[in-house]
Amino acid sequence: MANDVIPLPRPTALSEPHWNGCREGILRVQQCQRCKTCVFIPQPCCTHCQSNDLNWLDCSGKGKVYSHTTVHRAPRPQFEVPYVVAIIELEEGWHMLSNVLGCPVEDVHVNMPVCVEFREITDEITLPYFVPTR
Amino acid sequence: MSGSPLQQIAIVGAYNTPQAKQLQSNEIDVLLNAVQGALHSAGMRIAEVDGFNVTSSTQRFTSRQSVMLFGARPGWTGSDIGIPAIIEAALAINAGLCETAIIATAQVSAHRERKKTAPWTRPTNEFVECWGLFTPAEFALMARRHMHLYGTTEEQFAEIAATIRNNGARHPAACHYGKFVTPQDVLNSRMIAEPFRLLDCAMTSEGGAALILTSAARARDLDVQPVYLLGGGTDKQGMAYVTAPVWDKYGDVGRRAAKQTFSQAGLHPTDVDVLEIYDPFSFEIIRQLEVFGFCSLGEGGDFVMEGHLRMDGRFPMVTNGGLMSFSHAGLAQLIQKPISAVQQLRGEYPEELTVKDAKVALTSNGGSGALFTDVLLLGTEVPS
Ligand SMILES: [Zn+2]
Repeated sequence: MANDVIPLPRPTALSEPHWNGCREGILRVQQCQRCKTCVFIPQPCCTHCQSNDLNWLDCSGKGKVYSHTTVHRAPRPQFEVPYVVAIIELEEGWHMLSNVLGCPVEDVHVNMPVCVEFREITDEITLPYFVPTR
Repeated sequence: MSGSPLQQIAIVGAYNTPQAKQLQSNEIDVLLNAVQGALHSAGMRIAEVDGFNVTSSTQRFTSRQSVMLFGARPGWTGSDIGIPAIIEAALAINAGLCETAIIATAQVSAHRERKKTAPWTRPTNEFVECWGLFTPAEFALMARRHMHLYGTTEEQFAEIAATIRNNGARHPAACHYGKFVTPQDVLNSRMIAEPFRLLDCAMTSEGGAALILTSAARARDLDVQPVYLLGGGTDKQGMAYVTAPVWDKYGDVGRRAAKQTFSQAGLHPTDVDVLEIYDPFSFEIIRQLEVFGFCSLGEGGDFVMEGHLRMDGRFPMVTNGGLMSFSHAGLAQLIQKPISAVQQLRGEYPEELTVKDAKVALTSNGGSGALFTDVLLLGTEVPS
């Protein structure tokens, strides 16, 4: 459902490692070296203990659907309806927003096992979508 | 009981300008109309106002421009919006910075590009925008999790939306005046972001609104029924439309604000006569009933189906049709909840929408998809 005219991320100094990871096929999240909390979206310090000792952790890309909605009225005409927006709960215990692809929209359910699938949108941007785990 | 300092403050003027899907007027004219209407409602003149929070959404008119426009020399200018703006003004009056404050705002011409959803519903963050997120989807992610955990149903949402919309249908000033719907109509309306259908969602519209607050002492000199601030609280989690709206983290936003509010007032949910609470999406009513303490967590859906929220129920809610039917205009809609409460408590509603002998009204702003909920309790008497 993505095409070259959907609004794409404009990486910042803070978020660039995440987007670079996507381009390399690795889902990366910040992890606090003091308390081990995974921090997403990227922040200048840990949202749990405020340590600024954050590393980028390579994640398995596996998780489950925490919640989902099928959109039938897109905010912009560039999105082709219907599509599924979901909160994905990653194995490492953090949450991110994404789309679930690769199955009929009505099959998506809470707790459905999913894994990341990277799709190159432009030379700069690869987006981390999720598909049902087979 | 000593009572909250908020209780030394009363709302004495409350006014909504005409509201419409699209107004032909200039935004500043609408803003001026809001100010004049609130002054008239309070029986005051602009020269008596020495606190200003008067802004517009599209033209981004600021309080300082308003001060210039009115040739005023205020002791205080406010900067917050909605319920926090009321609390902020009340504290300024408490602190002696001003005695009488006006809060007014208007929005015209913000959403004319109808191929897209309204601009304020579309996030721009790099971790949100590319997934086709927008406000209904954010709130839907909360609703879906609640359905999963507690078995809440779309029929319960439809009951809420129909109740609110049928109140608006009977309110001559509502944008959707005369448009009655059944719960089945809600269920038959087209899907927007599951589980929300068109009639589960707020509308978009234009208009202005204004409120005047003054000290309780000054209020007693005026020829109006003062409506006192019994208590209030704000609960803001950051950042909405940037981070995922995870129910386990943010589902109870507003619980603390409501607890604070009721504790300041020395009252309980059972003391409330009317609920002018925030209705951006049908589910949000269920969430608020639970976190405000009207029912237990997970029981909101059943509570709704027992009919408590209808005009003839124990807790009539959103009696002017709210954001779904009355209006949803820029930042004005945030103060329209307290305005609705003031009008109810003063008996200014059409007969069939009047909550008889209402003395205490609960109002709120925000919602869990927005990761904030602010609460304000208003009453015709200060609890002794
Ligand atoms: Zn930490």
